Amino acid sequence: MLSAVASAPGGTLSAADAAPNPWFDPSYVSENWDTILRYLAEHVRLTVGAVVLGALIALPLALVARRSRYLAGSVLAVSTIVYTIPSLAMFAFIFPFTGLSAATVLIGLVAYSLVILVRNFLTGLLGVPDDVREAARGMGYGPVRLFWRIELPLALPAFMAGLRMAAVSTVALTTVGVLVGHGGLGQLIFGGFNANFYRAEIVTGAVGCVLLALVADVLLAGVERLVTPWARAGRG
Amino acid sequence: MSAFGEAIVYLNDPFNWTRRGGILELLGEHLAISVVAVLAAWVIAFPVAVALGASGRGGAAVVVVSNVSRAVPTLALLTLFAVSPIGFGNRATTIALTVFAIPPILANSYVGVRGVDADVREAARAMGMTRSQVIRRVDLPLALPLIMAGLRTATVQVVATASLAALVGGGGLGRLVRLGFGQQDYGLIIAGALLIAVLAVFTELVLVLLSWAVTPGPRRLPWAGRRADTAAVVPEPTAAGVPL
Repeated sequence: MLSAVASAPGGTLSAADAAPNPWFDPSYVSENWDTILRYLAEHVRLTVGAVVLGALIALPLALVARRSRYLAGSVLAVSTIVYTIPSLAMFAFIFPFTGLSAATVLIGLVAYSLVILVRNFLTGLLGVPDDVREAARGMGYGPVRLFWRIELPLALPAFMAGLRMAAVSTVALTTVGVLVGHGGLGQLIFGGFNANFYRAEIVTGAVGCVLLALVADVLLAGVERLVTPWARAGRG
Repeated sequence: MSAFGEAIVYLNDPFNWTRRGGILELLGEHLAISVVAVLAAWVIAFPVAVALGASGRGGAAVVVVSNVSRAVPTLALLTLFAVSPIGFGNRATTIALTVFAIPPILANSYVGVRGVDADVREAARAMGMTRSQVIRRVDLPLALPLIMAGLRTATVQVVATASLAALVGGGGLGRLVRLGFGQQDYGLIIAGALLIAVLAVFTELVLVLLSWAVTPGPRRLPWAGRRADTAAVVPEPTAAGVPL
């Protein structure tokens, strides 16, 4: 089939190698800067939207789930199944409802970031020692103040670890959105492949994704340092 | 919901399974690519992980490899191999998937072997075991739960990612989804997605059963009754637990 066409007797691609096709080309980046920025912006929008929406849904879910072992067990079971569904299938399932729109990609990405975050939020909340909670209650803390002043700070490292993991994996997953034409930088990867295997465009998209994931991780690590000043003081 | 109805109709037609380029042929292709990729990654990563874990060196490198690999989109790597001189098709797909299967096997096996109690290892040495006997009869059995977790992660990841290969000219079940988009056939899209999702969940189940069967000592199926303490509810640490 396709592979049979591709592997000519020589064993390599003849058509694609006939013209010079460098792996990296600075002139491509400078000439298509506007296009790259547009796709980058879409990529960032989808990633931020998915992680923020995922966190907003995951926090109440984790708070409810920790109340009983039965609920926690079912939340984890469902999240394991969602984890296992490949992204291509996930976007394809949503497609009949939302069509070729960015919403299809966003809903899929929210589902994935949601299951990462709910697991980590639950780990963080269950990791708060019972003695500490008991002591706070003995000092007259109500449930709301207990959450804000005691549980949230103690669970923060696990929360932030979840956010970093969700952000990095969402950046990578967004590329599969090319299936419905909204893959952010994935559009460059896919577009380059369809434009007669244009390597410079593909590499630009791929490197952009890795850099974006790196920036997201570093930014969230910075936020983690800012919101947990006590961890720094302990180390110093 | 008519798309889901059409998908059932498509899946119920035996001809769609048995014809040339039908579901069975694509499934065979999908599985062949996945098995070769996982085996190749195992042959490359497992000895390295055991050697590093037993000597206690190279931990930082393993962590860096496993973290960086998470940031590289699978689609990007599949595309890069497809436009390399290898040429697109099943060979490029298999190589790209092998690259993706290496980090989970490497990281989990390394952590497993590294985490073996030094006292146990010393006791084995004192009983007269040679270095290779210690690895085979002490390190590996004790590290087996994590080694199997790595193998499971890698296998599920490969089976799931193989479906993306269809976007860049590869084979496997992803073809159905791609063809469905090309033909504006919603039923075909959903049918392909169902097959891919079921295959991934099935692979996970098989690997869970396999790890249960080979792990020595007291063992419980993950869905069997848990102990009463809250610690059992805390999610298990997944070395590469990210969606694909």
